[in-house]
Amino acid sequence: MKKIRVVLSFPPSRVEDPVIYHLIKDHGLMVNILRATIDPGKQGRMVVEMNGEEKEVSGGLNYLEGMEVKVEPLAEEIMHLQERCMNCTACVPHCPTGALDVNRENWFVSYDSSKCVVCLSCIEACPYKAMEIRLQ
Amino acid sequence: MKRTIEEINEKIRSGSVVVLTAEEIIGVVREKGIQKATREVDVVTTGTFSPMCSSGAFFNVKQPKEKMKLGGGWVTLNGVPAYAGLAAADIFLGATALTEKDSRNNNGRPGAFRYGGAHVIEDLVSGKKVLFKGGGYGTDCYPRKEREQWIGFEEMNDATLFNPRNCYQNYNVAVNLSDKTIYTYMGKLKARLGNANYCSAGQLSPLLNDPCYRTIGIGTRVFLSGTEGYVAWQGTQHNPGVPRLENGTPKAAAGTLALVGDLKKMKPKWLRAVSYTGYGVSLSLAVGVPIPILDEEMMKFVSVTDEDLRAPVVDYSAYYPMGEGVAKLAEVTYSELKSGAIEINGTKVPTGCFSSYALALEVAEHLKQLIKNREFLLSQFVSPLPGASVGKEG
Repeated sequence: MKKIRVVLSFPPSRVEDPVIYHLIKDHGLMVNILRATIDPGKQGRMVVEMNGEEKEVSGGLNYLEGMEVKVEPLAEEIMHLQERCMNCTACVPHCPTGALDVNRENWFVSYDSSKCVVCLSCIEACPYKAMEIRLQ
Repeated sequence: MKRTIEEINEKIRSGSVVVLTAEEIIGVVREKGIQKATREVDVVTTGTFSPMCSSGAFFNVKQPKEKMKLGGGWVTLNGVPAYAGLAAADIFLGATALTEKDSRNNNGRPGAFRYGGAHVIEDLVSGKKVLFKGGGYGTDCYPRKEREQWIGFEEMNDATLFNPRNCYQNYNVAVNLSDKTIYTYMGKLKARLGNANYCSAGQLSPLLNDPCYRTIGIGTRVFLSGTEGYVAWQGTQHNPGVPRLENGTPKAAAGTLALVGDLKKMKPKWLRAVSYTGYGVSLSLAVGVPIPILDEEMMKFVSVTDEDLRAPVVDYSAYYPMGEGVAKLAEVTYSELKSGAIEINGTKVPTGCFSSYALALEVAEHLKQLIKNREFLLSQFVSPLPGASVGKEG
């Protein structure tokens, strides 16, 4: 099995095509949409996690190329700035994947970047600006 | 078994005092019982670290050679306006003050509130200089009309932190029943009971360990963000008359304390600016209050646990802002809140907190060490807080 996290940029001409449907149905991929936006110029942008056999993943990527969908690696990551974090736990209920968690013995907040899907929820939730988005 | 504050201070001076934190005492009372624990332990330390918007600082800025009257004029510090309606060199900076340029919530999305009065206070405590700009109308004794200068604590005669209100004795648990995310002083609340936010150190919180204000009163010496501070008065909105449990603790927001201390001696570790997305700027302070174990009743009070403390769950989408709907959706214990989820109307709702229990533990432990090292003596209050007999009547 292979899992990749990528940013998909859709040209305006493809915004009305069911691209994700075909990725799932025809290429057998498990697709988890982490973020999706369509700007006023109808350019679409989506952050997805694709999960499947090596062959399925490369088939999916070929399909996307044929559809003129630009595929780029996810170039953003979330940083937990320890020196700003006061371990208040305000971020914890906002984290959908459990990347941010609290040790209920010593009440320290922990961050596991491998579980983070860069949904950005924690950025707004943290009152101490201890969560930061960084370009890789 | 009774002991006085003077007797406790004698033991502190002689190095024989027995001090435990409000968390440690729970196990001791469970194991040894109230009577034995009262005989053995002299002081129990409490702690809290939490945002409180009702915060600010008075600054007395040293005069330049040609003097200037700020009173009746205007002042900004790093662009954040301070209040200049005092004497020639005194100003007050509120924690929530914002620069004129800040977009607030006016950009069609919740504001980030990255810099405000609390950030100026944090910068100064961290040893940074801030840009002072001031203007006055000029008088015979204060002829200067404008001044612009980088200033830090060295350029101030005094910097006094003042909290009109802090140490809330219990508080609401905030939820959102509406269909959209809302941004409040209790944080970001997701739609349809997406999360529940609370803000108290529970069993470590100062006023929950002295629920009927027997030892905490006007004049009480406290630990305040790295130095000593004092209870100046009852805090604003002090409301001791709310319904209480048998253990004396209130079932909703009740007592508060007005605190004062020397900002110049505070430490950045214990004082942090807060930016609430969509709400504004606030200031988090560390407060620790030592509770003298005068008798068995005080020991009973300080041995309170999160299981014995209850808070109301309130809807911040309609009830809090508009008074519409049910006042109290549920009542939960602090142990339920700290488990990571509470149940409201059959729905499991994940919890988050704004009061740092990790820091509260550190405050209580730090204050314990100060007392053991003879660096902090207990004080007898000068006057009791209003409602100090509330527990006796009920």
